[in-house]
Amino acid sequence: MSDKMKNVVNEIMDVYPAKVMKGRKSHMIIKDGSEKQEIAANTRTIPGIITNRGCCYAGCKGVVIGPIVDMVHIVHGPVGCSYYAWGTRRNKGKAREGGQNFLEYAFTTDIQESDIVFGGVKKLEAAVDEAVELFHPKAISISATCPVGLIGDDINAVAKEMSAKHGIKILSFNCEGYKGVSQSAGHHIANNKLMTDVIGTNDKPVKEYSLNLLGEYNIGGDEWEITRVLHKIGYNIVSTMTGNGSIEEIANAHKADLNVIQCHRSINYIAEMIETKYGLPWIKVNFIGVESFSQSLRDIAKYFGDETLIQRTEEVIAEETEQIRDEMQLIKTKLDGKTAVLFVGGSRAHHYQGLLREIGIETLVAGYEFGHRDDYEGRDVIPYIKVDADSRNIEEIKVEKDEKNYSMRIPKSRVEELKKELPWASYEGLIKEMKDGSLIIDDLNHVETEKIIEILKPEFFGSGVKDKYMIQKMGVYSKQLHSYDYSGPYAGFQGAMNFARDVAAGILTPAWSYIKAPWNCEPLLNGKLEGVEKYA
Amino acid sequence: MLDQTKGSYKKRTGLKINPAKTCQPIGAMYAALGIHKCLPHSHGSQGCCSYHRMHLTRHYRDPIVASTSSFTEGACVFGGKSNLKKGLENVFHIYNPDVVAVNTTCLSETIGDDVGEIIKATDVPEGKTVIYANTPSYVGSHVTGFSNMCKAMVTHLAEKKEGKKAKGVNILPGYVEPSDMMEIKRMATLLKIPFTMFPDTSGVVATPNTGNYEMYPEGGTPIKEIKKSGNALGTIALGEFSSKDAAYELEKKCDVPATILKEPIGIKATDEFIMKMLELNGGIIPKELEFERGQLVDVMVDVHNHYHGKKVALFGDPDILIAMTEFVIDLGMVPTLVLSGTPGKAFVKAIQDLFDAAKLDDSIVLGEEDLFSFHQIIKENPVDLIIGNSYGKYIAREEQIPLVRMGWPILDRVGHSYFPVVGYKGGLRIIEKITTALLDKYDATCPEEDFELVM
Repeated sequence: MSDKMKNVVNEIMDVYPAKVMKGRKSHMIIKDGSEKQEIAANTRTIPGIITNRGCCYAGCKGVVIGPIVDMVHIVHGPVGCSYYAWGTRRNKGKAREGGQNFLEYAFTTDIQESDIVFGGVKKLEAAVDEAVELFHPKAISISATCPVGLIGDDINAVAKEMSAKHGIKILSFNCEGYKGVSQSAGHHIANNKLMTDVIGTNDKPVKEYSLNLLGEYNIGGDEWEITRVLHKIGYNIVSTMTGNGSIEEIANAHKADLNVIQCHRSINYIAEMIETKYGLPWIKVNFIGVESFSQSLRDIAKYFGDETLIQRTEEVIAEETEQIRDEMQLIKTKLDGKTAVLFVGGSRAHHYQGLLREIGIETLVAGYEFGHRDDYEGRDVIPYIKVDADSRNIEEIKVEKDEKNYSMRIPKSRVEELKKELPWASYEGLIKEMKDGSLIIDDLNHVETEKIIEILKPEFFGSGVKDKYMIQKMGVYSKQLHSYDYSGPYAGFQGAMNFARDVAAGILTPAWSYIKAPWNCEPLLNGKLEGVEKYA
Repeated sequence: MLDQTKGSYKKRTGLKINPAKTCQPIGAMYAALGIHKCLPHSHGSQGCCSYHRMHLTRHYRDPIVASTSSFTEGACVFGGKSNLKKGLENVFHIYNPDVVAVNTTCLSETIGDDVGEIIKATDVPEGKTVIYANTPSYVGSHVTGFSNMCKAMVTHLAEKKEGKKAKGVNILPGYVEPSDMMEIKRMATLLKIPFTMFPDTSGVVATPNTGNYEMYPEGGTPIKEIKKSGNALGTIALGEFSSKDAAYELEKKCDVPATILKEPIGIKATDEFIMKMLELNGGIIPKELEFERGQLVDVMVDVHNHYHGKKVALFGDPDILIAMTEFVIDLGMVPTLVLSGTPGKAFVKAIQDLFDAAKLDDSIVLGEEDLFSFHQIIKENPVDLIIGNSYGKYIAREEQIPLVRMGWPILDRVGHSYFPVVGYKGGLRIIEKITTALLDKYDATCPEEDFELVM
């Protein structure tokens, strides 16, 4: 496999001018089983490259803040930024009893040329006033877009002043699109504000065995499937950040017993800060795939160490897996031996490999759109990551121990023990998941996708909507793993079943057999093809 | 659904809620795809390009390829010159398009990048072309961006060859679907009138699956055709908002007289298009078109009872709305509310003129408004049908009003790329959609004793 992968890399390199080639080469590695392999990540995309990456605003408002259901999310800027993030990510949500849900709405100041010239502060203030008058929300977010940062509108001052005026929480996010090198910068900015202004502001007591789900966005209803099982075992979910999230629940997060982290990239900052400030530890989980989900459930139970809980976990796993075993097995017989390429976000390219294996599909190539080196190589690498100018511009906030609310959730002696047994504040990264000889590519782009398909001819390509149709024109089934192609949930047990069915349908749908017309396959006894020499 | 929408309509000054428009660059990107072997390039943050590609892809379910200058914070401080220069060099080396169509964004406009100057200072390979349009997101809407890119095609490409006899007609199709562009070409071909249509996305964003991916499919108007437009007998600009500026630019630049028409949606606007084509070039009305027109009239007579007198609210883009409002009036329906997010007094006037002519004194037209207002007004003045893009589905569900999907974008149904709404054939399709929507609702909700086989 390794030679084939070298060929892929070489073919890709042939396309590029010298400078681009040099830059891109460091973003690709063929796993060779050696101790440490370094990959370049979280660096600028080269201008002109047809990249899949988005912007800082997309990471902040689009990913982390937008899914909070009971806030009015005002985007301060021209209309487009708010418009494109409206209902397109499939982060589902419901109003709490008697509460509000604004996910069906898009709010923008729709700034005009005169606002660019004279400033948009007045308009933003009017927008907040109107939002309060019309909706009386509990909280409002204000997200900055590129031109707002450039003309110098002080959205933080507006938030502060308007918060005092209306007596509600107003959060401002300086997440102008040009900051950082991808969505990732926006995650960090959103994390910071949730930490400084939200978490720890609601001291409502919580029940025992309480969890926060971090980095779970309820795409296609994932969070609902995960919490269905967690509730069945006996856990209490204090907050989810941020899928189907509620501002008061997030404010209460510091009261939970454990943080479990699904998407490491987008939310690890909060997990770390909560641990420092409140003593609440975190473990890395993976809710995708039957085995991974089961393992994560066992890890959570082990953390609490309660025998009833541990036993109940095994019962639920047995009961749930029993329900899907036969059909999963049947699908596996149909898909066994097929291969996949995964290029998604900052966690799914890792998380889905196990689930694909469960239905007989091996991942040959994987990469992240906006991951950092630690998402590939594991958190051990963090002290050695060189911070460049683009990352330095993103504020790192320092939190301190909150003496009043800090508590060790479990005895220190047990912590040391558990650290050996659980993914305790640790993430080992994507590379470890993959077989020797597989290819890992960061910030995969259009021409690289084309080459990979041409040479490796995978049967499944998990990526985003911008790639989907070019991949399918090449005869390969492509599934959007950001938004699940209007399906889901894919997390948890029932989610794994849904995914298996969808992938089987996608790979086996009869349409693929019609790509070649009969006159292109059989000799024509009577009749001719137009431009026949082209097909000969 | 939309539980927070309450209260009566009141104009807001700061907050847009559920916009009925989006920003310029996406329209420019769509227009640029209608040039053969063209790669659109977005000069700004990579997120703009990503969002535009995403949204166009969801609407067309076909590959939408475009490159970006990938601005960083540094580029905002020092200007985007180096990003664009490097970007263009990489684009030609790696992706080898014939043309690159650069659109600006709110970012590059706000920092004041002079894109024309930067392109002049770039080594564009021999035989390759770079055109550009200024498309600040804080002016106009996606329709303005489409219009600006069409105008840029004329500014940068159209030529008048002196001493050459004027021939044929230019058609600017406006911001319509690939299926519509295909239908406009079919009608012009039936009329046997030589024509150049640009942009033409029909063979670019609605391509077949052959097992081979072509980054630049066979479709799109070739550059040499656009160049030739300077020697045409006249230009027909379909849709004032999306095509007028390009047509006037051609008139100014190459003396090709411009005629502004409505989009040929509905019987009257299609008649006007055909009459104008004949007037400019001469020709024969083919039997096929006469037959199709007769079929449309026949159906209008036969099924009018299903929609005559029904109240309809429409929202979307000005050019589609102006033609559609005229058509629904011709169908005997009552448009009580017509709303666009795109700014422009001409839109309000055009719709008001249609209302006045039909003596619809109580009907409301609003420009530069949003779907929250649209919903508030419908709550106060209920309608039988909504016509608009996919974003209307929330209101339709909440108010239990059938929705006919028309306009851009349609993100939740298929068909728009393949079946036109323009021309006589398109008129038939619109009637099919309207009657089906109304009758499906009736069938699903009427008392059992009123449920009938024949309707």
